[in-house]
Amino acid sequence: MSAAAPDITILTQGLSRSFGTVAAIRKVDMAILRGEIFGLVGPDGAGKTTIMRMLAGILTPDAGAISVDGIDVVRDAESVKHHVSYMPQRFGLYEDLTVTENLFFYGELFGVSRRDRLARSRELLAAAGLLPFQDRLASQLSGGMKQKLGLVCALIHAPRILLLDEPTTGVDPVSRRDFWAILYSLRESGVTIVLSTAYMDEAERCSRLALLHAGEIRHCDTPERLKQAMPGALLAVAGPDPRTLRTLIAGRPGVLGVLLMGDRVHVRVDDPARRIPELEALFAGQGITGAVISSADPGIEDVFVALVGTQTAS
Amino acid sequence: MNATGPAVVAEGLTKRFRSFTAVDHLDLRIEKGEIAGFIGPNGAGKSTTIRMLCGLLRPSEGRALVAGFDVGQQPEAVREHIGYMSQKFSLYGDLTVRENLRFFGGIYRVARGEMGERTRFAITMAGLQEREDALVRTLAGGWKQRLALGCAILHRPPILFLDEPTSGVEPEARRRFWDLIHELAAGGVTILVSTHYMDEAEYCNRIALIDRGRLVALGTPGQLRSRHLGGELFEIRCTPLGAALHVLQGAAGVIDAAIFGDRLHVVLGPGGLDQAGLPGFLQEHGVSVQAVRTVTPSLEDVFVRLVSTHHGGQDSS
Repeated sequence: MSAAAPDITILTQGLSRSFGTVAAIRKVDMAILRGEIFGLVGPDGAGKTTIMRMLAGILTPDAGAISVDGIDVVRDAESVKHHVSYMPQRFGLYEDLTVTENLFFYGELFGVSRRDRLARSRELLAAAGLLPFQDRLASQLSGGMKQKLGLVCALIHAPRILLLDEPTTGVDPVSRRDFWAILYSLRESGVTIVLSTAYMDEAERCSRLALLHAGEIRHCDTPERLKQAMPGALLAVAGPDPRTLRTLIAGRPGVLGVLLMGDRVHVRVDDPARRIPELEALFAGQGITGAVISSADPGIEDVFVALVGTQTAS
Repeated sequence: MNATGPAVVAEGLTKRFRSFTAVDHLDLRIEKGEIAGFIGPNGAGKSTTIRMLCGLLRPSEGRALVAGFDVGQQPEAVREHIGYMSQKFSLYGDLTVRENLRFFGGIYRVARGEMGERTRFAITMAGLQEREDALVRTLAGGWKQRLALGCAILHRPPILFLDEPTSGVEPEARRRFWDLIHELAAGGVTILVSTHYMDEAEYCNRIALIDRGRLVALGTPGQLRSRHLGGELFEIRCTPLGAALHVLQGAAGVIDAAIFGDRLHVVLGPGGLDQAGLPGFLQEHGVSVQAVRTVTPSLEDVFVRLVSTHHGGQDSS
């Protein structure tokens, strides 16, 4: 194919890879634009890491083409390493080095000059809120700080493309939010970010998502358009006894899905204008008072279940 | 176990490690059949609390009763009355489904006469009929997870601890799992969930937010959302995002502002900017505004807000 159109940073076509008899990914086509935060979303075993490693040039596909910044990654895996920075799930921090020492070590590894290293590490540590901890041993950092240090190390050579494999696994919401603030400021400066996550709520922060299931991309669009593509509408039904409400609602006409939450029931219906009055009548007929129906914003998990479901019946 | 008393009571529960207080005078009461969530940042004292409630760690001060037994005085009785399941399912991959169940039945000292019935129950619950003789490592995540649950409740514990039980599992399988948990709770089992993931917390009837060893908030997911944000949450579509964030962060009435995907999330408190004033204010600062709407805060919004307030703006990681 011709060199990517100007704004396409990463292009894959028909990407496939098997391990033994297991097809890890099948015919993956993606076009990732410059400055996007592109999310590969799917459960464990969906093929996220396999795709990441192929984009980074460290795993060769069985079939298909990958172009990153115009470089043919399949033929010239070495060159792509200057353009991308890849942060694997377990980023290799040196536990007996301090925060600054880890950063300098990676700077040297990536061939960053001493002067750039000094200036950049200060800037990066400040952005990550790690300046107060610069002399702390990496082994003494919390999980969230370790992830941020890993990210900062992956950024020391100012890469234009960042590949992050499940960067926030095991990180609490506060650190996760700090982490995302860094990603957004990178996006503002034109860095393209591809990240994988098993967490559907995290996926909402991406500019575009590929929903992966069993090695295939099932849907790919912005979070908002994916939500619009979800068949039906989501309602929240709150009441004193959500369990009873769930039992009543399940199987009613027009009800596409029911989910019992901690203090309410989520109901996906085909036509809210028609079904809300029906549900209200149903509750009234059963003598249930205090049930409140409101429309709810679907999450990416709702979309995933509605659009992808599960074919493996696991 | 007292048939009518609460499942878990903690009074002034405290754990110190030398000079460090991991859990600081925690008071808690969890009723039978409740699904209670423990959330909090890394190192907040969540796992220390859970380990004390499981009878694995002696409190330094205060006390806790679990299933009517004192965790400090009768830790063995406590351990016999609880089940425990973590995200790292402790199943044996090289054993079959049936062999795993037999193994855990032995560990939990399930009576011989009962084992057949309990095995059938676990297999049916996990949807593993006709896979009884499959090696566990060949099973997909959702099955493993439900089998681990089956193993953890073979001895019919009245109290079940779950540690990030559904992380990384397929969405549909995870929903099925929570349905099972709600069914167990309906049958009177008390469930304690410890998690970092707010979408798991949404399945809990009540949530306890623990930070720096203290109970910072307690309530239903709905109560946490409505009480603890300190204002109303708005979603703003505008460009450029970075500049908009910058001007909002210092503005009067803005409690919190953050980029969320291709939008901004802003919490407005009383006595400053309001919804009507937002577009004009941003436009004055060179930001073009496409839309402003109220959104329901997520538990994550509440979590971040409560933890930052509690830390008084220090680095919280």
